[in-house]
Amino acid sequence: MIKTPFPFSAIVGQSDMKRAMILTAIDPGIGGVLVFGDRGTGKSTAVRALAALLPPITAVVGCPINAGNHGDCPDWANIETKKTRKIPTPVIDLPLGATEDRVVGALDIERALTRGEKAFEAGLLARANRGYLYIDEVNLLEDHIVDLLLDVAQSGENVVEREGLSIRHPARFVLVGSGNPEEGELRPQLLDRFGLSVEVRSPNDVAQRIEVIKRRDRFESDFDAFMAQYQKEDAKIRRRIVTARKLLPQIETPDTILQDCAELCIALGSDGLRGELTLLRSARALAAFDKARTLTRDHLRAVAPIALSHRLRRDPLDEAGSTTRVARTVEAVLA
Amino acid sequence: MSDESWHNASLGLRLLALDPHGLGGAVIRMRASPGRDALLAEFEGPLTIRKLPVTISDDQLFGGIDLSATLASAQMTTSAGFFERPCIALIPMAERCPAALAAKLASLLDQSLTKGILALDEGIEADERTPDALADRLAFHIAPEGRKPEPSGTPPPSEADQATLDTEDALTQLTLLAARFGIASLRAPTLALRAARAHARLHGRTTLTEGDVAVAARLVYPSRATHVPEIEDTADPPPPPPPDTDEGQGNSADDDTLSLPDTDMLIEAVKAMLPPDLLNGLVPGGTTRVSGGTGAGQKRTSNRRGRPMPSRPGRLDGTARIDLIATLRAAAPWQPIRHQQQPERSGLLIRPADIRLKRYAEQSDRLLIFCVDASGSAAVSRLGEAKGAIELLLADAYASRDHVALVSFRGTEAEVLLPPTRSLVQTKRRLSALPGGGGTPLASGLQTALLLAEQSRSKGLTPTVILITDGRANIALDGAADRIQAARDATNMAAAMRARGIAALVIDMSNRPQPTLQALGQTLNAPYVAMPRADAHRLTGAVTAALDG
Repeated sequence: MIKTPFPFSAIVGQSDMKRAMILTAIDPGIGGVLVFGDRGTGKSTAVRALAALLPPITAVVGCPINAGNHGDCPDWANIETKKTRKIPTPVIDLPLGATEDRVVGALDIERALTRGEKAFEAGLLARANRGYLYIDEVNLLEDHIVDLLLDVAQSGENVVEREGLSIRHPARFVLVGSGNPEEGELRPQLLDRFGLSVEVRSPNDVAQRIEVIKRRDRFESDFDAFMAQYQKEDAKIRRRIVTARKLLPQIETPDTILQDCAELCIALGSDGLRGELTLLRSARALAAFDKARTLTRDHLRAVAPIALSHRLRRDPLDEAGSTTRVARTVEAVLA
Repeated sequence: MSDESWHNASLGLRLLALDPHGLGGAVIRMRASPGRDALLAEFEGPLTIRKLPVTISDDQLFGGIDLSATLASAQMTTSAGFFERPCIALIPMAERCPAALAAKLASLLDQSLTKGILALDEGIEADERTPDALADRLAFHIAPEGRKPEPSGTPPPSEADQATLDTEDALTQLTLLAARFGIASLRAPTLALRAARAHARLHGRTTLTEGDVAVAARLVYPSRATHVPEIEDTADPPPPPPPDTDEGQGNSADDDTLSLPDTDMLIEAVKAMLPPDLLNGLVPGGTTRVSGGTGAGQKRTSNRRGRPMPSRPGRLDGTARIDLIATLRAAAPWQPIRHQQQPERSGLLIRPADIRLKRYAEQSDRLLIFCVDASGSAAVSRLGEAKGAIELLLADAYASRDHVALVSFRGTEAEVLLPPTRSLVQTKRRLSALPGGGGTPLASGLQTALLLAEQSRSKGLTPTVILITDGRANIALDGAADRIQAARDATNMAAAMRARGIAALVIDMSNRPQPTLQALGQTLNAPYVAMPRADAHRLTGAVTAALDG
């Protein structure tokens, strides 16, 4: 029995984190969210709530990679049916210490032992296709798994060449990582792969903290009424996400905004062009969420900190955090 | 007080027995002892207790294919996951619990798939403790002190005079109290509220009272607190509560003196004052605090020495060692298939993919880099005393097999007097020959120490820089005698050092504590110790405390 997760809309505050997650739901191409913060700030709660919030997807029955139509099912899966059904958007946990076999997939031991057949058993990457891959304590992940993820996240394809198997299948997923920065740094290569990064803190405001505990308590003691109330809210967000997905291609991007993006990234000295691209994509997603027709500077302003703060070269002589630096630069460039 | 800690321990476990699911579990931090056995024997949950070793494999934890049974019966046999049968999980040696297991357990706890976890933590050092990811989700952190008191047959405290509270108030008070103690995690108040409910249920009530809230706060908060609120009145602490045991709640003797300081405590709580138990509880014990010190070196994975870790698939490249048994185990299931494919071959068919390599976790050695100010101003003040203090520290370093290096700065630049060594004699000799005089190139000293630290780190040591100075920097990095530039350079260098994550310690050897040095300590994120006008022994005590902190 898996308990119904805490509803997304019932999470108090943490607007940056919630916004970042909604943006990736609108445009998965943004490329993932990294949530760094102290314990007990609602990181895991938000990710688990996300699963219930997302609109369902259509997938072929029994397909290990959740393919949308029969043509996309991989040959090795031997899917015969063409029937599809709605399934919740997959949110797959990648636990620390998961073996390579479990992540990329391996020989199907069951079939190998009982029938002596060589067959492929899909791993977590396959199951996360078209959905989310959640890594808690991402900064403690073992290096060889990180390398693997980097490769797959980059190419969108999982290639398995081992134990006499030669398999490839699409693995397009949104990476969601969470962690506590005090326990270890994340390698810059992996950091860069996350589209957005959010720092969460416990609310300093006592009223807000009390509200958190109150809702948590109602969730546990007055489950039905509580869920009825917030599931409605969740449904509202879900409808907005669906509408935003439709609006997204129609959003106009004025050249002046492109100019702003470039200037912002130059001023911040962010490495590579991934910064500009993510900034633009997430700003467009936000515009779609707000049902705007045209991209404006306000959208850029809102997403710049979460899209850029983790891409800066670390300046050892600057005491202020990188989020502050981004905010400062945004003020200066978009003045 | 030891009685009280035992009382809290057994009360915590009783609450846990009532609501193991909601409270998550408990960290019991104490050595294996008859006391602990007795404590656990008292624990009567609704469920059986099963041991969950920290070396548990994923197959055992989540369920999976039972290889040996499958091979023996030639039928597909799967084993059930650990928590599929409802039980209380007892984790012995929880301080050795790897972060990976803690993360998996945390995720199971988050999905409410567990029915309570008892983590037996036998850690001694502050950094030897149940992983924070797990500890934060378990309600009670129990660390009884001293010996278990004899059951004295005292009754439970009287409850008649306690005001009832509605949930809203209880919740507000608990949240406020948590905030006062600097507990950032919002899991703490949530768990405390559940603990209060369980306590009410223990006494057969359905409404909460102030007593419930006080007990919950006392049980859940102390080990999580990160700072102590200001206390206005320490002279008159409420009387300690009586020892209380599970049985023997028969005859009542003197209810008045035995009652818990409930009302007091709640008023205290609202006024942000500190209940006595919280103060005493401010010792590390399965805490969620971040330890500031570096302890004894960082962990790293090695393929030669140290504690064995689970083996991993890999290639034999001449440097790694093969784990023969794991390799055979990996190859075993494939034998029938491989023989079908290559019927001409006999014996074991082992493929490169079966190779498993041994891995070890090794603690790297600590390196103490003494960065000593030998300028004229320092020489005038207390260079001699500082030398004495360093010698005492050296003895400590020798005892813990730390490496030591010596950097001194005077005149216009710094020099490495002694590269990293373990030789105590050599260090002493260099130290006593250290002359004084000249300017104070503080930035240069920090730079040299930083370079040395970086070098040693690449050699696998874990460096800590101990800066001993009077803080009157007057020589800039370029050698110019410019006080303002010198101070700025020193601050920049300190920031660079902090950015590279090098642990440091600042010892002020001037006659009066220097605010500039305190600021420098903050820039370095390092503890600041003003060398007291006293013997070198006291300084050593302070330094050891700061290093281990």
